[in-house]
Parts: sequence; structure tokens; C-alpha cells
Amino acid sequence: MSDDFKDKFDLDDLKSAMNAATPTLDAARKAENLALANKNFADIQGSRIAARHTPRPNKWTGVMTMLNTLTSRAGLTVTTAIVACGFMIGTPQGRDILNLAPTARLAQPTPPDAAVLDPAGSVSVAPALADETTDDANVAALAEPVMEMAPAVMLSESRSREEADSAIGNPATAAPLSLTRAAPTNDLVAEGMALGQVVSAPEPNVAGIGEPDTESFANDTPNPLKITTEEPVSTFSIDVDTAAYALIRSSLTAGQLPPTDAVRIEEMINYFPYAYPAPDGQPFQPTINVFETPWNADTQLVHIGLQGEMPSIQDRPALNLVFLIDTSGSMESADKLPLLRQSFRLMLDNLRPEDEVAIVTYAGSTSIALEPTQAGERTTILAALNALNAGGSTNGQGGLEQAYALAETMKTDGDVSRVILATDGDFNVGLSDPRGLQAYIEDKRDTGTYLSVLGFGRGNLQDATMQSLAQNGNGTAAYIDTLSEAQKVLVDNLTGALFPIANDVKIQVEFNPSTVAEYRLIGYETRALNREDFNNDAVDAGELGAGHTVTAIYEITPVGSPAQLSDPLRYQAAQTASDSDELGFLRLRYKLPGETESRLIETTIPVLDRTQPNQEASFAASIAGFGQLLRDDTYLGDWGWDDAIALANQNRGDDPFGYRTEAVQLMRLAQSLSN
Amino acid sequence: MRMTVSDEDMALAAQNGDGQAFASLIARQYDRLFRLCFRLTGSKHEAEDLTQDICAALPAKLSSYKRQSKVTTWLYRVAVNAAHDRRRKQATYGRASDGWGDWELNRQAVIEENQTRADWLTIAMGSLPVDLRDTLALVLDDMTHADAGDILGISEGTVSWRLSEARKHLKSLKEKEGVV
Repeated sequence: MSDDFKDKFDLDDLKSAMNAATPTLDAARKAENLALANKNFADIQGSRIAARHTPRPNKWTGVMTMLNTLTSRAGLTVTTAIVACGFMIGTPQGRDILNLAPTARLAQPTPPDAAVLDPAGSVSVAPALADETTDDANVAALAEPVMEMAPAVMLSESRSREEADSAIGNPATAAPLSLTRAAPTNDLVAEGMALGQVVSAPEPNVAGIGEPDTESFANDTPNPLKITTEEPVSTFSIDVDTAAYALIRSSLTAGQLPPTDAVRIEEMINYFPYAYPAPDGQPFQPTINVFETPWNADTQLVHIGLQGEMPSIQDRPALNLVFLIDTSGSMESADKLPLLRQSFRLMLDNLRPEDEVAIVTYAGSTSIALEPTQAGERTTILAALNALNAGGSTNGQGGLEQAYALAETMKTDGDVSRVILATDGDFNVGLSDPRGLQAYIEDKRDTGTYLSVLGFGRGNLQDATMQSLAQNGNGTAAYIDTLSEAQKVLVDNLTGALFPIANDVKIQVEFNPSTVAEYRLIGYETRALNREDFNNDAVDAGELGAGHTVTAIYEITPVGSPAQLSDPLRYQAAQTASDSDELGFLRLRYKLPGETESRLIETTIPVLDRTQPNQEASFAASIAGFGQLLRDDTYLGDWGWDDAIALANQNRGDDPFGYRTEAVQLMRLAQSLSN
Repeated sequence: MRMTVSDEDMALAAQNGDGQAFASLIARQYDRLFRLCFRLTGSKHEAEDLTQDICAALPAKLSSYKRQSKVTTWLYRVAVNAAHDRRRKQATYGRASDGWGDWELNRQAVIEENQTRADWLTIAMGSLPVDLRDTLALVLDDMTHADAGDILGISEGTVSWRLSEARKHLKSLKEKEGVV
């Protein structure tokens, strides 16, 4: 044997021996080590933030900041304040106040130290301080500079979003500009990457300090297959929320598959506007399509589309909006409060002068940041928005009480009152139990005030709490991850989002056992109702906004189809109650806004349409497939991502806003992530 | 088209405080890391402890990652250094605990573990000086000589030299045992 051969033998053999000897790793140990690493990561984030962001004012900072920002006019009125400040610098107590006061007053995005270090604690430095200082006439003058910033905002009251955004002096508000969602034509990944970095770059997620990733999602196990002879009736409430889709998008563009519980298929389907036939006389019009299931040639899809009427903008009643804004420490990062400010500014442009706006903020304590103001007074409203800053812990319910009380005072006849809650879902003080809050909101719902919930930011999002609030408060839950999403929710769909045309819309479908062997409702797991709830007007259900569309899809197995999964029973005679060839019967119940008695719409479900399936219905089916691929693909067989993408692509239609194009790109992203 | 986020981008996002990116990154790399730890230590028990040490310290080390290098290169460097630290600590501990029962028990346990798979691999690796062993471990883990040099902070030439030294060692070992 030559030396040469031996040499070779050495390393190759050593390598294979090494590979063979490598023990399988211990999964429990792995999980433990990963958890340890993540915990240490979170800990270190905390200390890094504290080190980087802790304001270190010396005794001059307060005075310097104040002098730099004072104008001559304010300066004159404040001469005495300067003297007083001098006095305060001279005394230790005064110095304490001064050191923190500029932070609280000048709307700097940095919260005071205590809030950063202990986001979960109940210390609320900023509000407490504000209370303390407003009494003090001298220090109150420090608030002047904030108000002085407002004209700067006013000057460029251009409709151009970019300009309006850059006009805001606060550097923090400029950051999320780059959050704009990837344009459908661009390479989504590249954009997604940029997004991930931009979101995290300005300042790490404050919410992640103590408990990273404390997200919770509301969902139920996917609807099982039902056998028509055993359970012919299916009842559920409509759902016009869109939060799930935006959450999925935010996960996918960050390069991760969404948690399965975050996937609520009905919200994905209902994210898209569909061109269903417009109603005539009724508030909404049901349309039913039956066509072959894309993922199973032996079953059919029953597609139920509701199209809400779109009243003309001039006819809409005046709006009373109470923005209830979470200003807890966790709202500080760029994709939360700053994005929220920009979002609300977009919305403000679309309100009419007679609409009224108020702002209530809540953190450790609740305060009214803006008394009810006509939407025409943009300066005042924008100034109040810009003055918001994050700090302290969160007391969700205190804020809700205040907001509802304020909405009550704004109410006049014929108005629509709505509380718009903007939060990262963190209710960590007081009644944080979703059910306790729910009971409170159910109570308030009867006063006629609607509640919408807008979710911001990731890492801490309490999706379950948001869902619970919106569903019980007669409202919608949307998740805003980018400025484009804000545009969709608060501008494009403003009318639909704010003006309800039908309350408590319930859907009940009775399938005909002589034609349908099995059926399965796709999505709507969290919206299921009992059969008897349908006729009970006291039972709450979803609201339909002006111009909204709602889509529900059943997969049915016709009698005699080879796709039938259950075997017929041996000891029970097959009952065929009717010889009708209808597939089933659809009943809808709804209440007109302000009414307490429900109205009924009834229609039959026609038999299979063998012509080319309707484009809108097919697109909805592709999204249903997308959702099932993300969540549970038991019923999809071999149908996979390529099929979903092809189906969605064929049925994109006009797509004026690019939503459907974006959906196709998300599917492709999900496809490569799930490989 | 692969659209998965690269390790490098994940590491940068993690540097900027993205907890999710960090979690994904480490979950992705864990198995590889463990494999290397095994090559460096030669025992499952030791490899697990070493991996734990690295996991615990990794968040703090994250700032040392630079965009120019691959994440694996950086991670391996961290691992090799951690292995080195651990060996030094054990040497100290071993001296300090001379005569302590549990140290002896531990040692016996390790010996026993090694004996149960008493192949020439253990003996061979164990007989190598530490620096040669580290180098060999990296090269056996499909690292190029250049990468290995980068990780160990030595030149590529030194890596090649160490490898030939290691081969010589192993060859003489085999000849001694008469195993070919």
C-alpha cells in the first residue's frame, strides 16, 4: 500500500468515521439552549436600549433646549419662566423636575428611563409628571414650543403624502416613511428585507425587552367536515376584519412563515374587494356561485358573496370619532406610534369639516389629548397628534371608559359615533382579561357607539384581545404594518370602515341531504354561531360597512361523488326528505343601524354551474387555498402552491389597487419559505 | 426561485435588535453548531455543554459580526474560541479540584463514554495536540483551508502545515498500532 493511498485514506476515512460518530442531538437540550439564547438576546436588548437611549441631561440641557426652541413671542411671555428655571436649577428638587420635564414636554420620542427599563411595571413617569407640571405655571410655559411646531406642519398642507410627512419636524415620524409596502412590481423579497431592517433599525422593539414575542392569536381548530344528514344547518356571523391578512404579510415579508393560529382564512378572503352585483333597495345583495373545487374535481365550492350598498359620500351622516391611542412605552418603536401619527394624518384629509375628532391617550393613566374638535381645524388636531409620546404602562380599560364617555358627549341626532382604538395590543394593567373587557364593551355597544381596533407593530401583538374587542364592540379589527396598509384601511375603505349599513349580519345555510352528502365551511372558525342564535336578535354578530363585500365559501361533496369521505350508515335508513335538486337554502339576518329587530333575506342555492367559473369567486377560492396551505392542507390533496399561484394569477382581474398582485407575490414568498 | 432570507441578513437584523431574526438564525444554525462542537470536544456530553455556553454568550457576541464575513465563519470562530475557553477553564478546574470526588467521577464517566465506542477515532483525535485537533475538526466539517484559517486567525499556509502535521501524527499512530 503506497504512502499516497494511506494519506488519502487517513482524512476521508476519518471524516466518515467522524460523521458516523456524531451523536444525534438531544431535542430537549436543543430547545433549552435555544430558549436560553433568546432570553439572553432579549436581556441584552434591554440593556442596549437603556444605554443608547437614556437621556443624560445635565443641569443645562433643560434650559438650552428651551432657549433653542423658544420663539421671540413665546420668549417674551416666558421671561419669568426663565428666571424661575434658574431658581429650579439652583435647587435639587427643581433640577429633578427639569431633567425630566423637557423629555416629557417636547415630544421627544424617547420615554423616560423608568419606562424603558420596566415596561411591565406600573410606573408611569410621563403622565404623572405632566400632572405635576401643568399646575406649575412656569413649567407649563415649556409647552409653548410644542405648539409652535404646528404652523410648520400647516405650511405644507399639501395633499401630497410625501410632503406632508416630511413637513413634520419630529424625526421619529420620518422613519416609517420607508415602511411603505413593497410595490407589487418590485422584487418583494428585496423590499421585504429592506422592510425588516428598516423596521428594526431605528430602535429595537421596546416591547421585546422583558418578554420577546408575547404575541397571542385568536383562532379555533379548522372547521371539520360535516355530514349533511347529521347536521344539515350551518350558522355563522360575517367577519369583515382584515387583521389576519396583514399579519401574515408582515410575517412573510420578514422571511418567516406565519404562526398557524394567525391564519384566519375568512379574514384573508375578505381582505380583498370583490366586484359582486350591487344591491338594489336592500342594504346588501347576496350572490351565490357554485363551481368545481380547484383542489378536488369531485367536490364543489359554494361561494356566497355579499355586496353592501355604497351610499354617496354627501349623504353620509356626520361622524364623531374618538381616537383612543395607546401611548404606553411599548408603542415607541417606528412601526407603532410614528406610523400611527402618519396614518391618522392620511385619514384626516378624508374627513369632512363637520365631522368631529377627539383624542384620548392611555398609558398608566388616561388623559384627553384633544377635546372634541371639528375636522376642519387641522392645525389643532395635527398638533395634538404630534404631541403624543410613548411612555409608561398600559391601562386599556381606563382609556376605553374615557373614550366612550367622550363619544357620548359628542353625540347628536343622526351622527355615527365610533371609538377607534390604536394599540399594539398591550393591556398590561388593570382589566387585561379579554373576557372582562368584553363584558364592558358589550355593555357599551348597546349605546350605539361603534368600536374599531387598529393593531400596530409586532412582537407583542395581542391579537386575541383585539379580536375580542372588535367583535364585541360592533367594529372591525385591522392590523396596520405599513403606510400603504393605513392608506387601504383608513383612506380607500374609509367610508366602509366608518359607516355601518347593516348590524349583526348572520348567515345560515341549510343543505339538502338528497343532493349534498358532506360540507365544510372554509374559515369562520371564530365566528361560529349556534343554530338557535340565528333567530335570536340578542345574539351579536358582525357588522357590514358601506360598500364592503363579505365572502364565505363552503366545500360540498355531492351525493354519489367518489370524494365522499364518510360511509353511509348501515342501520339508519337514508332519509330523503325532499326530491328537490337544490343544493340548499341560504338565510341572512341583519339589522339596520339603530334598529333592534332583525330582517330576513332568503334565497336558494342553485345547482352546479358548469360554465366558466366567475372570476371574483375563483380569486376568492385561490385565497381560500392559500390560507389552507398556510394552516392545514388536509383537504387539498396534491394541490399545492403552484396551483394556488396559477389560480390567483388567472383571476386577478382589474385589480386597481394592486392588492391581488401582492397576494400572488406573498404566495410565492410563502412557497419558497415552506420548502 | 429561492427567496429565503440569508443568514447574513438575519444576523444584521438581529444586531439591530430583531428578536425574531435572532431566534430564526440560531434555530437554523444550531444543528451545525452542535456538530462542530462534537468535532471539537469528541464527546456528546461535552458538546452539549459547549453548545449551551455558546448559545448563552452568542447574543453578546453578536456585535462582533461584520457584514463582510459569512455567518458560519463568524459562528465557527465563536465556537472555536468558546471551546478554547472551556478547555482552559477545565484545566483550572481540574487543578483546583484535584482530589475532589466529582471531578474524578466526571472524568471516569467521560472515559467510559469514550470506551463504549472505543474506535481509533477517539484515540486518534485525543492523541493530537489541541491546535492540530481544532484545525482538523474544521477541515473535516467541510471548511476550506482559507475559511479554517480565517476562523482560527492563522494563515492558510499554517492550516495546510497543521493538517500535514496531523496526518503525520495519525499515520504514525496507525503504524504503531499496526492498523491499516
